Amino acid sequence: MEGLTLSDAEQKYYSDLFSYCDIESTKKVVVNGRVLELFRAAQLPNDVVLQIMELCGATRLGYFGRSQFYIALKLVAVAQSGFPLRVESINTVKDLPLPRFVASKNEQESRHAASYSSDSENQGSYSGVIPPPPGRGQVKKGSVSHDTVQPRTSADAQEPASPVVSPQQSPPTSPHTWRKHSRHPSGGNSERPLAGPGPFWSPFGEAQSGSSAGDAVWSGHSPPPPQENWVSFADTPPTSTLLTMHPASVQDQTTVRTVASATTAIEIRRQSSSYDDPWKITDEQRQYYVNQFKTIQPDLNGFIPGSAAKEFFTKSKLPILELSHIWELSDFDKDGALTLDEFCAAFHLVVARKNGYDLPEKLPESLMPKLIDLEDSADVGDQPGEVGYSGSPAEAPPSKSPSMPSLNQTWPELNQSSEQWETFSERSSSSQTLTQFDSNIAPADPDTAIVHPVPIRMTPSKIHMQEMELKRTGSGKEAVADHTNPTSPLLVKPSDLLEENKINSSVKFASGNTVDGYSSSDSFTSDPEQIGSNVTRQRSHSGTSPDNTAPPPPPPRPQPSHSRSSSLDMNRTFTVTTGQQQAGVVAHPPAVPPRPQPSQAPGPAVHRPVDADGLITHTSTSPQQIPEQPNFADFSQFEVFAASNVNDEQDDEAEKHPEVLPAEKASDPASSLRVAKTDSKTEEKTAASAPANVSKGTTPLAPPPKPVRRRLKSEDELRPEVDEHTQKTGVLAAVLASQPSIPRSVGKDKKAIQASIRRNKETNTVLARLNSELQQQLKDVLEERISLEVQLEQLRPFSHL
Amino acid sequence: MAVCIAVIAKENYPLYIRSTPTENELKFHYMVHTSLDVVDEKISAMGKALVDQRELYLGLLYPTEDYKLCRYGYVTNSKVKFVMVVDSSNTALRDNEIRSMFRKLHNSYTDVMCNPFYNPGDRIQSRAFDNMVTSMMIQVC
Repeated sequence: MEGLTLSDAEQKYYSDLFSYCDIESTKKVVVNGRVLELFRAAQLPNDVVLQIMELCGATRLGYFGRSQFYIALKLVAVAQSGFPLRVESINTVKDLPLPRFVASKNEQESRHAASYSSDSENQGSYSGVIPPPPGRGQVKKGSVSHDTVQPRTSADAQEPASPVVSPQQSPPTSPHTWRKHSRHPSGGNSERPLAGPGPFWSPFGEAQSGSSAGDAVWSGHSPPPPQENWVSFADTPPTSTLLTMHPASVQDQTTVRTVASATTAIEIRRQSSSYDDPWKITDEQRQYYVNQFKTIQPDLNGFIPGSAAKEFFTKSKLPILELSHIWELSDFDKDGALTLDEFCAAFHLVVARKNGYDLPEKLPESLMPKLIDLEDSADVGDQPGEVGYSGSPAEAPPSKSPSMPSLNQTWPELNQSSEQWETFSERSSSSQTLTQFDSNIAPADPDTAIVHPVPIRMTPSKIHMQEMELKRTGSGKEAVADHTNPTSPLLVKPSDLLEENKINSSVKFASGNTVDGYSSSDSFTSDPEQIGSNVTRQRSHSGTSPDNTAPPPPPPRPQPSHSRSSSLDMNRTFTVTTGQQQAGVVAHPPAVPPRPQPSQAPGPAVHRPVDADGLITHTSTSPQQIPEQPNFADFSQFEVFAASNVNDEQDDEAEKHPEVLPAEKASDPASSLRVAKTDSKTEEKTAASAPANVSKGTTPLAPPPKPVRRRLKSEDELRPEVDEHTQKTGVLAAVLASQPSIPRSVGKDKKAIQASIRRNKETNTVLARLNSELQQQLKDVLEERISLEVQLEQLRPFSHL
Repeated sequence: MAVCIAVIAKENYPLYIRSTPTENELKFHYMVHTSLDVVDEKISAMGKALVDQRELYLGLLYPTEDYKLCRYGYVTNSKVKFVMVVDSSNTALRDNEIRSMFRKLHNSYTDVMCNPFYNPGDRIQSRAFDNMVTSMMIQVC
């Protein structure tokens, strides 16, 4: 058997239980004795009990030794907590609550358990479990006949808590006086309708004399006030004093008991149970109240509005302050109206107050408007409770059904903790609460880009792609300068892209600027080639970023230049591209086309040769990159779109260039930027591209720049428009193209989306930088232009002359 | 922890004012009285739009040289004002906590109003309200 480690509380509890079961004081416990009862009280199925016994070794030994008993108790706790029963679970399950036992015989145990339990949970459960012997006992105190008390006290005496029982018997004398008083005003005045029940009450009081329960006393006591016209308390003061003593003594007894048991929960419960008796509404009283309710509100399920109730209770001539307090107590749901239960409770409190009882701070349990499931049991409890408290102890927790012992416990707890009621009312009350909660919560939400769904186009379509490219080309123009990396990732994954070279990934390229795994590309594969190319590019990009999820392409940027691009370069682009090669290339949405062109026009032709050289260089290096064609393919398409003319060259070139460019970018994005800015940049770029080609995938920057550059160069070749801007736009286009233009399949994976968002944001920043740089370049170029024009003008007069 | 809680009626007379008795209560009364002006100012400034759009919680009324005591304001739609003086020498109460305290106050106040035996304009003598206020004034201690 495993060694058992018990906490202090457990140790005490178990030892107590052991001593309880160890009747013979022999350190041995007979299996068939108390232990079985105990286990049965644990409310575990029989097979579980057998299993426990087997596990602890009792079946083997034939008896429960102390260790076996302890182990069994621990296993009971384990089983009650829902854990599987295993020998090792004894010590492995942490924070196991003490085993709970429910049965009248185990009152002592439960009480002891309650006293030993340290955490409130156990307290709650224990106290809920404990049948209300104290309540019963206290009920007894009101009873005239000791007969009824005796059985109960004897039952109580079974427990070692007998000393607690005895004080309960002290007040029995009072009922005698009460009863006398109850008969006293039987003459009663019939002035008021309230007095009508007067004579009814008194015989009732007499009838009740023989019965147990302070209810009898109470009922005997309550008639007098109504009989007395609500006004005269002449007869009642002496009884009221007694009655007031009664609850006081009840409380004392309660405190005595509570001292015995250290749990506050039990204490509360006992206090409330003590209150239950004096506060319990007898049948006749309830009937009376109901009749009164009917006079105001014929429908028993309806409400009495506050004003009507106010009038009614004002008749009792109680001070407004007290009536206000009674209202607070009785209006359970704080709705300003009284249901039948609430009305009865209020009426009862008024009666009590008139009799001199002090109003409680909290509504007593018996007066609480019962919940639906409790109502029946409460009613049941009322009647049998009054008559036969000697009934089974488990049957009648004073006010709550035995089926809801926990609720029984929680009511007083709830009652006392106004906090809970407040929260209850908070939730139920004004919508302000709700709105305020919302307003409080809403701002607290961190800005999680993750949360909001990025609009993703799930169905890739060429049109869409073209649109994306269009948009992107516009933006691509601006972002040309900075993208040196795109090709590098492409270079990284040549194998993936091999088959997709030809795919017109122009769109993708523009969109694929984001380095991340535009793994949405995966979805693209099934799509037309464009998509496929996009995919490939994305994969290549994903080389730079670890996760291959497909981020949604950045939202298409509205570009004022779109029109330009579309009007100017699109056509050219299309014609060029179609002329070129890209067999698989479908329509090339003009990615970043036109921008460079107008600016290119004034551009010095000097660039061209440089670019040509660069191109040559590139072409020379192209063979190396042929295997990486997939990348190229993508880039080329991007370039076509971006530069709008770039792909004029052969496929190989187109392929090489993107490779080159990305490589360049990868190697030296910054340098590419700088290069773009100056005339010599192209040279640098080409130079950079050459080595960059070698170093594939060195830097995971936006691939597009390279293709763009290539495009620019090809453009230069095609048209005498070598310009930094062209290069830049090409770069931009490449960058943009590399970005996943279409957020198709992305929607699948939120993480992919988020990743893509991040990448897109990075790309955005890059592009923004590019933009600014390009703007600067544009300015410079314009200045150049102006100077040239001025020169031209200067020269022209001469010509004219 | 709230050291003083006051409920001011629409006509700017107190319906309920309570402070922890440790300090001079008059000082708290004075503070609440001075805050009323600020509250009115805030109401009028914000109330140009529809009243409904005005937020009930006013927040810190005005910065004081005494960094320990902060006054927070809250106005209901019926121009009943709640002013709370908070001792911030303890853990600084966050705005949300102040809001929740005001919310509780407001709820308790509506419960008081629901009582047909309560005449609007009377001093609040509800025990439940007292208990709630007590709990609030002690809670953070």
